Amino acid sequence: MITQASPQTEESMDTGKPAPSRTASIGTRSRVSNKALDDRGFSETVGDITVDQPRMQTRDVNVYYGDKQAIKDVSLDIGRNEVVAMIGPSGCGKSTFIRCLNRMNDTIEGCRVTGTITLDKQDIYDPTLDVVQLRARVGMVFQKPNPFPKSIYDNVAYGPRIHGLVSSRMETDEIVQRSLERAGLWSEVKDRLTSSGTGLSGGQQQRLCIARAIAVSPDVILMDEPCSALDPIATARIEELIDELRENYTIAIVTHSMQQAARVSQRTAYFHLGDLVEVGETNQIFTNPRHRLTEDYITGRFG
Amino acid sequence: MTDGKLITGAELAASGSWHGSPQTQRRLRKRQAAEKRFRAYGLVAILMGVSFVALLFFDIVAKGWTAFMQTHIQLEVTYDPEVLGIADSGDTQALSRANYTGMVKAAMRKTFPNVSGRRAKRALYGTVSSGAGFVLRERMMANPDLLGSTEKLWLPADDDIDMLLKGHIRRDAPESDRRVSDQQIAWVEQLEQSGQIRKQFNTTFFTAGDSREPELAGIRGATTGSFYTLLVTLILSFPLAVAAAIYLEEFAPKNRWTDIIEVNINNLAAVPSIVFGLLGLAVFINFFGLPRSAPLVGGLVLTLMTLPTIIIASRAALKSVPPSIREAALGMGASKTQMITHHVLPLAMPGMLTGTIIGMAQALGETAPLLMIGMVAFIVDVPGGPLEPATVLPVQIFLWADSPERAFVERTSAAIMVLLGFLILMNALAVVLRRRFERRW
Repeated sequence: MITQASPQTEESMDTGKPAPSRTASIGTRSRVSNKALDDRGFSETVGDITVDQPRMQTRDVNVYYGDKQAIKDVSLDIGRNEVVAMIGPSGCGKSTFIRCLNRMNDTIEGCRVTGTITLDKQDIYDPTLDVVQLRARVGMVFQKPNPFPKSIYDNVAYGPRIHGLVSSRMETDEIVQRSLERAGLWSEVKDRLTSSGTGLSGGQQQRLCIARAIAVSPDVILMDEPCSALDPIATARIEELIDELRENYTIAIVTHSMQQAARVSQRTAYFHLGDLVEVGETNQIFTNPRHRLTEDYITGRFG
Repeated sequence: MTDGKLITGAELAASGSWHGSPQTQRRLRKRQAAEKRFRAYGLVAILMGVSFVALLFFDIVAKGWTAFMQTHIQLEVTYDPEVLGIADSGDTQALSRANYTGMVKAAMRKTFPNVSGRRAKRALYGTVSSGAGFVLRERMMANPDLLGSTEKLWLPADDDIDMLLKGHIRRDAPESDRRVSDQQIAWVEQLEQSGQIRKQFNTTFFTAGDSREPELAGIRGATTGSFYTLLVTLILSFPLAVAAAIYLEEFAPKNRWTDIIEVNINNLAAVPSIVFGLLGLAVFINFFGLPRSAPLVGGLVLTLMTLPTIIIASRAALKSVPPSIREAALGMGASKTQMITHHVLPLAMPGMLTGTIIGMAQALGETAPLLMIGMVAFIVDVPGGPLEPATVLPVQIFLWADSPERAFVERTSAAIMVLLGFLILMNALAVVLRRRFERRW
């Protein structure tokens, strides 16, 4: 399924069309102007896709659902201790993109991924790599809060238990407390750890899901519109939390709210119809977008 | 309108708007009438269904409740060594073969000393159940010291006498039209006057196996047979069906083969059950040489029959587990097996169990396939295991319904009541399970 194109390959394989003339080499690419627009109003990604200390790198990633191509030749670095926000109109492929980063797309039938994705220089689509290990390193928080219908304690303890990180009740207690504290939920639930996780409010449930994700000490946390089902107060609480988590984790977040992207992220990537249109410092994207599509989107002309 | 007064429909009509016109009013009335009619149709359908069910239950209970009482006659019996033909009370073989019927006859002669002539005597002996001797034998075997003593005992009356007392045989009918003679009625009336005949709770019905004599027949053999059959069915069908459902729902690729399998499972659920019986006869009995009439074979056949039901219910239960739970588990780095065993199965289990219980209830009421594998035989002994010949409750009902004796009519109804009781119990259990374990997420 996976074409292991080396990062230096000038052709994107499996797509059947000639590769764009740009080089996809990691680390050296700088700004490109967007003079030659194709019919989509897009030729190549504007802005610097690289960072100095990348945690994850994606190069020429294409995703197909059956015959339909969901994202096209996306290359992007995700740096250490930074929050990268993916924005774009619905159906632009931003969720599909982050679901590639921990291979959640594997669970979707007919989904095919080509290109290279690495985590700390290791190809995550390497057939010898165990996807269970990968997902322990790249955690995920979903759009709809989805705690297990178990107790709050068991929700958080689940990951450490299945990965064998804990051997005694005391260690589990400690990890549960630390994770809930980091997720800012400890003070609210410490007296009712045995009650069901599904009995919490929406915002609390989402923080429980974050606590559950960080309980296994992942390197990267992927968040797929984590606040879209929450009210503004709960959203603010999660955003604060994301900012705090940045110290220890790399975070990739998909959001529909441009304000949220502006508030929580350091870098922003704008997706449009499966293309990665523009990448840049969040400040620059929102104050001085270089691509016309980005500008149209953030000024509210569409999307 | 500014002064807060509401206007009437007539005023609206007068204002010239079509909203209040006579045509609109007519349409409105017509629509309202149509809605009332529509609701009435549904109500009528429900009422008809409920009344038919009520009629059925009333009929069964009205016919069957008397079977739970049985007429008994009090006799003064003497354990006379001479009549019994026993010399030594320590000889168990002699005890078991002794002439207890003779003892009953002697007791009857003592109660009615004036009866003479062979025919009259035979009619007299016929008022007591031919199984009364067994009661005496049991007492004697349990306590051999009774030899030589005399005691008053309530012994079961013959089924015709029982029917007479329950009013199913009318005393005022001409003698030639009833199975009880005038003479016998006179004896019964004599016993009634002396308080030596009464109806008491029919324990035999629950403790005995089948019998040709209605007053000695019970459902113990059939319920035990049903129990073993269902046990075999449950042990085989539940794990098989759950495993099949999990594979089809969670692992199987969606291609032509799995489509064919799915269609066939759905079709199997609609195959007439007698076909499964024929299959069981051909495969399990003729080919594998398993014993006939055995609950093991019955269970195997019913497994084939209930498998599709449980598989379909289990798949529906698995499908109803929200994908967000699966994603959460996979996102945490759970393997597919862990996702299924830790999260999906516990959530799907109530639905699977409900399906299983409903399948079991279906199997409990199934008759046709069991006829084919010989579970319709007349079997008196209560089966001691799944390999011994047995029958099951619905087949027992079928057998009794076929019997000519009047007393089997009420026993048929009583057995139906017991069967329905089990079915209601099982369905109630399914409801309770669903309520108890239903989770919200």
